[in-house]
Amino acid sequence: MNTSLSRGHVELLQFFRDKTALVFTFAFPAMLLLLFGTIFGDQYNDAGVSASRVFTASMIAYGVLNTAFVTMGAGLAMDREDGTLKRLRGTPMPVSAYLVGKALLVLALSLAETALLLLVGVLVFDMPLPDASHWLTFTWIFLLSVIACSLLGVAVSALVRNARNAGAILNVPVVALQFISGVFIQPMSQLPDWLVNVASIFPVRWMAQGFRYVFLPESASSQELAGSWELGKVALVLGVWCVVGLVLCLMTFRWSDSDR
Amino acid sequence: MEAIEVTGLRKTYKNREAVDGIDLVVARGEIFALLGPNGAGKTTTVEILEGHRRRSGGDVRVLGEDPGKAGSAWRTRVGIVLQDAADAADLTVREMIRHVGGFYPEPRSADEVIELVGLTAKSKSKIRTLSGGQRRRVDVALGIVGRPELLFLDEPTTGFDPEARRQFWELIRKLAGDGTTIVLTTHYLDEAEALADRLAVMADGRIVAEGTPATLGGRSGAAARVRWRTADGVAHDERHEDPTELIHRLVNTGVDLTTLTITRPTLEDTYLSLIGEAR
Repeated sequence: MNTSLSRGHVELLQFFRDKTALVFTFAFPAMLLLLFGTIFGDQYNDAGVSASRVFTASMIAYGVLNTAFVTMGAGLAMDREDGTLKRLRGTPMPVSAYLVGKALLVLALSLAETALLLLVGVLVFDMPLPDASHWLTFTWIFLLSVIACSLLGVAVSALVRNARNAGAILNVPVVALQFISGVFIQPMSQLPDWLVNVASIFPVRWMAQGFRYVFLPESASSQELAGSWELGKVALVLGVWCVVGLVLCLMTFRWSDSDR
Repeated sequence: MEAIEVTGLRKTYKNREAVDGIDLVVARGEIFALLGPNGAGKTTTVEILEGHRRRSGGDVRVLGEDPGKAGSAWRTRVGIVLQDAADAADLTVREMIRHVGGFYPEPRSADEVIELVGLTAKSKSKIRTLSGGQRRRVDVALGIVGRPELLFLDEPTTGFDPEARRQFWELIRKLAGDGTTIVLTTHYLDEAEALADRLAVMADGRIVAEGTPATLGGRSGAAARVRWRTADGVAHDERHEDPTELIHRLVNTGVDLTTLTITRPTLEDTYLSLIGEAR
């Protein structure tokens, strides 16, 4: 346990000392939120909720995707390339400590990212914060999202041959899914059916829908595809992706590029 | 029990035999050097012994266990100095050494290790800011922080200046003096000669010679080359298995001894002829 905490500590130290990664990981979703919120801020949907509030809620899904999926995937590719994993493999440290350390990093970053986005929502776009029962729902949606995205990040990192390309490769699914999952474009009813079907396979749509439940008024459910929040389906899809992610991780995990 | 026992070790990549059936024994407490040109299979061999790489065939015992299957108890007893790590760039020397030391049951203190590798002045510097040689010393520090019984060093002094190399050699001798078994790969022959109790030369995936620095490749029995100049200025150059008699004769005939040189093949000569034959 101490070893895992020590890994988490070192991961955080390294992350916060690398100022470039810090700024890009944190500032990017917040910047997009400011832009989208400002450009479309005066528009109100049929439920009478301003676009800036919808963006704030949905953009948390992007924030988590960025801190969990991209940070995990790129971080692992980098650790594989710069010798971090090889170094640790040669010590008695258990693999689990490495992964728990990464998980602590990802959890801390995702919380901070979410807090930053909410801060923008509250301060700039006058979004009211929800009551306690909604925060409870937020907790499980947030945790399932972080776990699913992190595990998928680990799995996808196995496809990355060169750490310098990791950011670019990981951002392809991230950006594509933003557009079709109701993060950049909501309501999703504007999308062709087949694109909705594709989006519904992946976790991002359900993450965004869940976060909208948490942060938007009940009446906004009329803007969802099913006309309701479908929290059961949110839990189911995210839970399945956690399992799929775990299986993919176990199948694809490599200590190094030369681990043949 | 020996520290390392290897029989018939092979490693095959797609279409190439990187290691082509080697046998090795390293005794406990010994400093063993593996020499050879780039691409000879040294690093592959050492990485298999370290448990970093899987082997294609053969039998390997390191501290009594198969490194391909050994667990964390075994890793506690083995120290590894990586060849090309660039990790932990944003941590300080002391932070990283304390961190890795924490994985071991009875680590050396960070300050002790930093002192041993001569980085006291840099202990609070970020690893990113170190020179190549200093960076390698951090790797050495990380290899010894857990008090290993067996230490692997893969080309440890690449990028060291001459003074740092001498200090490093002293450190290795000190560790060996404390009973640590040491396996190092190098392509510096002076390093192998200065440090190793025994060495083996690898070329094209095979071991082409094995011995002590003095006896490698029949070096001790090789002919000595004797050169001198007679009073009339004529240069002489002869090879003798045993030059004793010749030297007596030269002394008695009053040759100017300041012109006399006797040389045996250097380790480098022996090494070059060994890897030349293998090609």
